[in-house]
Amino acid sequence: MAVLRKELLVELRTLESVPGMALFAVTTFVVFHFALNRSSVDADLAAGILWVTLLFASMLGINRLFVADADQGGFDAFLLAPVDRTAMLAAKALALLIYVVALELVAVPAFALLLLEPSIGHALPGLLAVLALGDLGIVAIGTMVAALTVRTRARDLLGPLLALPLLVPVVIGGARASSPLLALGPPGGLSARWLLTLGLYDLLFGLIAYALFDFLVED
Amino acid sequence: MPVVQVEGLARRYGEREALSDVSLRLQSGQTLVVFGPNGAGKTTLLRVLATLLRPHAGSVEVLGAPLPQQAWSVRGRIGLLGHEPLLYRELTARENLRFHARLHRVKLSRVDELLERLGLDGRADEPLRTLSRGMVQRAAVARAVLHEPELLLLDEPRANLDPAAIELVEPLIGPAPGRTRVICSHDPHGGISEADQVLGLRAGCVALLRERARVSVEEIAGLYR
Repeated sequence: MAVLRKELLVELRTLESVPGMALFAVTTFVVFHFALNRSSVDADLAAGILWVTLLFASMLGINRLFVADADQGGFDAFLLAPVDRTAMLAAKALALLIYVVALELVAVPAFALLLLEPSIGHALPGLLAVLALGDLGIVAIGTMVAALTVRTRARDLLGPLLALPLLVPVVIGGARASSPLLALGPPGGLSARWLLTLGLYDLLFGLIAYALFDFLVED
Repeated sequence: MPVVQVEGLARRYGEREALSDVSLRLQSGQTLVVFGPNGAGKTTLLRVLATLLRPHAGSVEVLGAPLPQQAWSVRGRIGLLGHEPLLYRELTARENLRFHARLHRVKLSRVDELLERLGLDGRADEPLRTLSRGMVQRAAVARAVLHEPELLLLDEPRANLDPAAIELVEPLIGPAPGRTRVICSHDPHGGISEADQVLGLRAGCVALLRERARVSVEEIAGLYR
């Protein structure tokens, strides 16, 4: 809890992650709105736009996740404390989850307003479930990759290069599961197959991040 | 039992050997002062003893625990004050110290006590980035001693401090019964005066290791030529 509290306090002071992520997402939706010259797009296209935008916006937060620790000695201070390293993984993952949820609180209404003319109220319960599973994947992979790359000189380049291929299945799963929900008319049902795929992928990378984290932060 | 026991320690960064065949032994309550020019390996030695770097060869025991195998058991009994304060610039001194107090399971009242002892209580609620380097160094001293460590690893601990601030930090990082210290210094007179043992490093190797009485200021100065 101490690490999570510190994370959120630093973010509140600096506003380095969440505002940038949200602004990026909203700007992207505005660009799509005018570039496609439509107020409403097909369900498949809409789902793709939503998930790709959320993915790239999340990358901004992922890239910043460990920067203060690496640049200001937070890693060393943490490693000197008699605390299980998993506490840092859990706190960072929770912090990233909070950032991504905050991003979605801004991005999803903007997406609905700009690219889904009718309200998405009818699709919201299902969409929330898909977003939750997608978020867990983004958080597990993002935290692991951020820890892996933060102490490299080319972290701003390496982070996305490593994270994006690993996150492609999350985007595919999220888009396929969301697509029936965003269709015009009565919403389609949730695809159990894609939800299960997302869930398993989340679990797999959650376990990999847990297993690797000690090696990533220690010498 | 020695607090620090090092035999044949080597540590590399890539191909470059930062420490090579370093051996030393330090008893409880003693102070070892380490001299050497920039790049001699002083900071690397401190970081190995602090459990932050693994030894690549040789054996290292700190507070009876072999490193790196039992590093977890001695973390929390070591205080490190390095070149970097290990504090977050956007947080205040009080917030930073409270964070460390929680990590070390230290009562929060200890934070207020240290802020007062170090003359920081008046600026304790301002972001660290707005404080002078001397004040940040005082906050870093508070962080290093917050959990009352048995072994203090100090890298030029009085850097950036004015004489009044040095007086404030002295009771916390100066000699005291049961307090074992390893100090990196570039000040031959001051360093020798507080040492029980003196270690001279040059290019990662031990150039001298003696008791204080058998070391002269000229010999220390010679390490830098």
